[in-house]
Amino acid sequence: MLSPQLNLYFVIVFSFLLALVLSVYPLPMDMRWWRPEFVLLVAIYWIFFMPLTVSFTLLCVLGLFQDLLEGVPFGQHSLGLVIVAYICILSYQRVRNFSIWRQSCWIFILVGIAQLTDNWVQGMAGRPLSGIQFLYPALTSALLWPVCHRWLNAMTHRYHH
Amino acid sequence: MGLNSTGELTIKPLFARGSSATSRAFLFILITMALVVVGLYTDRLEPLREKLAQLVAPFYQITDVPSRVNDWRKDTFVSEVDLKIENEALRTELLIHQRKLQQLASLAAENVRLRQLLNASQMLQDTVLIAELIGVSPNPLSHKVIINRGTKDGAFKGQPVLDAFGLMGQVIDVGETSSTVLLISDSTHAIPVQVNRNGVRAIAEGTGDLNSLSLRHVSANTDIRAGDLLVSSGLGERFPVGYPVAEVLQVVRDPGKAFLTVIAKPMARLDRSRHLLLVFADRDKASVPGALSLPAAAATSTTSSSSSTSSVGGGR
Repeated sequence: MLSPQLNLYFVIVFSFLLALVLSVYPLPMDMRWWRPEFVLLVAIYWIFFMPLTVSFTLLCVLGLFQDLLEGVPFGQHSLGLVIVAYICILSYQRVRNFSIWRQSCWIFILVGIAQLTDNWVQGMAGRPLSGIQFLYPALTSALLWPVCHRWLNAMTHRYHH
Repeated sequence: MGLNSTGELTIKPLFARGSSATSRAFLFILITMALVVVGLYTDRLEPLREKLAQLVAPFYQITDVPSRVNDWRKDTFVSEVDLKIENEALRTELLIHQRKLQQLASLAAENVRLRQLLNASQMLQDTVLIAELIGVSPNPLSHKVIINRGTKDGAFKGQPVLDAFGLMGQVIDVGETSSTVLLISDSTHAIPVQVNRNGVRAIAEGTGDLNSLSLRHVSANTDIRAGDLLVSSGLGERFPVGYPVAEVLQVVRDPGKAFLTVIAKPMARLDRSRHLLLVFADRDKASVPGALSLPAAAATSTTSSSSSTSSVGGGR
């Protein structure tokens, strides 16, 4: 029998791998704006509910791997992840007690911040800045949050406790 | 997370003793910003990216599984009647194309003779390799796709990519079994073209919109109008001559501007084609395993042997 700690470790790795696969799942070209930021969502969950399990180093490596996967400049996703993780660490005690829809609103803002840094890096790389479109992922991520939250909760309770 | 000194698996606490979350966050933000700047303004990280490209392929192969299952389902669970109907349709289509090809063969031969009279360049066959699309870049600001051919199949950086309708783009990253293709509609892509009707040359730039390219620096008195076909001009020596690139949709003459605003629509179905063709210009069919040959495109060499005429005429 695996120790609970090791189990949790597997759940975390599995959730991040799944998020990475979903983040490159092919969508029609015009639908790509609506893709939620899966990796960021999962990272936010782990920081909110297990603030001592995910380190900045891990997030940084994860972000770099996502950059490699998506073919964007190195550092784009890590930057967003680290900034959002820091905000989460400062606020997790309060946000944990929010109702699920208030949490969703909070997620909208967090993903929006990550999108800002994404757009900043893409702008430096010479891609034209989009209009309001860059907030679409924030919207879909916020809508997905209750599902993601419930599923990860179930996973954690099943394999950790 | 990692192993501690006794080899036991531990999860690293976020609040490590000695440094607060704030200073650690600050440090990591600085590091990632430095990485972004180094990555964008120098090419020092490129070798690293090429080395790590191996890790990426499995992810795209996994995400390709549903569409493969769908293909398999379509191939397997299909009624005999449907197959017969499809077969019939394909046969008719083949007949039409063969008729066109007969004409094309004699036209090609005539073209070569005329070019010899003019002492100009000679028509050659391009060798192509069929590739399948396995992924689309998730970044909505870039237009890149991932295909299932790599160095193993002879793909190389800068290789032109076509679909059945026109030019799609070029290979920009090559892995062992997969490579990345930059589409012509990407905002960082530009391709030299000419108007098929009169040979006017221009540069077609991607706009970041799948359905439009814009022509750069077309002077106000240029003979170009809506409906003109733009074909690759072969200048720049990256794309072979004569493949359809786009069709002019709109020409706006604004007296306040120094140049025309020309909007063109790509001929290739950039967001729908799943089977692409990798072009090996000026290369022998035998040197590329699994390749087919296409009668098209002019090469730049100047020869006048009669054997080349027959080889073009017999092109499959």
